[in-house]
Amino acid sequence: MPALATVQLRKTYGTKVEALKGIDLSVEEGDFFALLGPNGAGKSTLIGIAASLVRPTSGDVRIFGKSVVTERSAAVAELGLVPQEFNFNQFEKPFEILVNQAGYYGVPRKLARERAEQYLNQLQLWDKREVASRTLSGGMKRRLMIARAMMHSPRLLILDEPTAGVDIEIRRSMWVYLKEINRAGTTVILTTHYLEEAENLCRHIAIIDHGRVIENTTMKGLLGTLDRETFVFDLTHPLYELPALEGLSAQRIDDHTLEIEVARGTELNGLFVRLTEAGIGVRSMRNKANRLEELFVRLLGQEAA
Amino acid sequence: MNTAIALTAFKTIVIKEINRILRIWGQTLVPPAITMTLYFLIFGKLVGSRIGEMGGHRYMEFIVPGLIMMSVIQNAYGNVVSSFFGSKFGRYVEELLVSPTPNIVILAGYVAGGVLRGVMVGGIVLLVSLFFTDLSIAHPFVMLGSVFLAAVLFSLAGFVNAVYAKKFDDISIIPTFILTPLTYLGGVFYSISLLPGFWRELSLLNPIVYTVNAFRYGVLGESDVSIPLAFGIMLLAIVVLGAYCLHLLARGTGLRS
Repeated sequence: MPALATVQLRKTYGTKVEALKGIDLSVEEGDFFALLGPNGAGKSTLIGIAASLVRPTSGDVRIFGKSVVTERSAAVAELGLVPQEFNFNQFEKPFEILVNQAGYYGVPRKLARERAEQYLNQLQLWDKREVASRTLSGGMKRRLMIARAMMHSPRLLILDEPTAGVDIEIRRSMWVYLKEINRAGTTVILTTHYLEEAENLCRHIAIIDHGRVIENTTMKGLLGTLDRETFVFDLTHPLYELPALEGLSAQRIDDHTLEIEVARGTELNGLFVRLTEAGIGVRSMRNKANRLEELFVRLLGQEAA
Repeated sequence: MNTAIALTAFKTIVIKEINRILRIWGQTLVPPAITMTLYFLIFGKLVGSRIGEMGGHRYMEFIVPGLIMMSVIQNAYGNVVSSFFGSKFGRYVEELLVSPTPNIVILAGYVAGGVLRGVMVGGIVLLVSLFFTDLSIAHPFVMLGSVFLAAVLFSLAGFVNAVYAKKFDDISIIPTFILTPLTYLGGVFYSISLLPGFWRELSLLNPIVYTVNAFRYGVLGESDVSIPLAFGIMLLAIVVLGAYCLHLLARGTGLRS
């Protein structure tokens, strides 16, 4: 049984704005699923419908087989939501916020206190448990919302841009935490604009644009469709002019950096021979990030065409 | 959602409301005490001493029940409208809306918060009044019953206001332009039996007349209206407003898009 399934999901705001145009998606239990798309693509509307904050115009969302439309209480009891915007009472303390949230799901207060301690510790917020939550930093607020979403032990966790505006160190620690809870059995659906994040964490991916699913596949499968890759070379000596490198698609980025695009699977030994012959010394080399970004832009471009 | 889970959710909302009332006690509990002390001093002591008797009682004794009920009504209404609208404005109402908590539990939780603040403030005003007059309670059950029903009724009214409110102005318009005038014209400071025929009949359309008189009957044993009728009207209004609140929640008015 899928953790989340949408069936011909449509949403029209007012009479004109068609945010979702018949979305069919299925996320298997235990998956780590990326839901990507540009701003205004319909991702937040889809998440809003799953969380019952937005009513679908037609169609349905099923969470572990239970309809959000006809069995709302049973369906949302399985769902934990980390929204894009901060939506907790900024005057309340983190500990209080977590205990109250558990209470709305019927978790007894004693157990709620134990879980609040556990999640605040896991997300490095225990020291801040008694401060007004408005005084927390952006990264702490995001972690607080993750802790809050976990308080009723949901089987499905949806995170809408959970690392937006968070520094790289905290972002990476959040990745580790999300991987852990996924490994422990929680199905995770993630939206993000950091495509490196999706590539790093997710096993399946769906891309939505203009209210339609334009791609829905495995991350490996999608990345496998890339037929070219780009390498970035850090040079030993300054390169003021690019020599003729026949048959190679090379680009001088600056005096010490060269980018070369090659067909996927090209043997690199030959490439180094050619560079040596041209008098170009290489100190280091890396694969240009971000592979998913290239595909994302390409897919959106195809859709627009 | 089974009963035990619903009860936990209800308790959670009530605890959250109590914490809110106590956290901002300077806004919730102190102002009514100061305002009512001034009413007792100015209307009860200074002006009242020249008025003589009203409804068979000294003027101070007459206005005490009305002022207590006025505090209960305003604070029950004010608590629900500000707390629920605040949760909408700060978007933390979503914590409840995404949870399996049934609508009736959400409503009951906020109404309980309103009733508790109304009763707390009513108790404070009662204590303040004891510095100005001696009170003996004529009908304790009528007194408590009328406080409870009035607090429930105006908490529900506050909830409707909060659901429709889109900005902070919207939560002060009704209290300023409707609730306060109705309270002042609801027999807090005078007996409606003093009014000429048409104005007396018109006053009987004011629901606050029934709450104030039911409470005054509970304290002093005097009322301008029939007590069973007053209780009947309060109960009917609670049923109608309660059903309307549940209808608004079911439709998601102002809450779900």
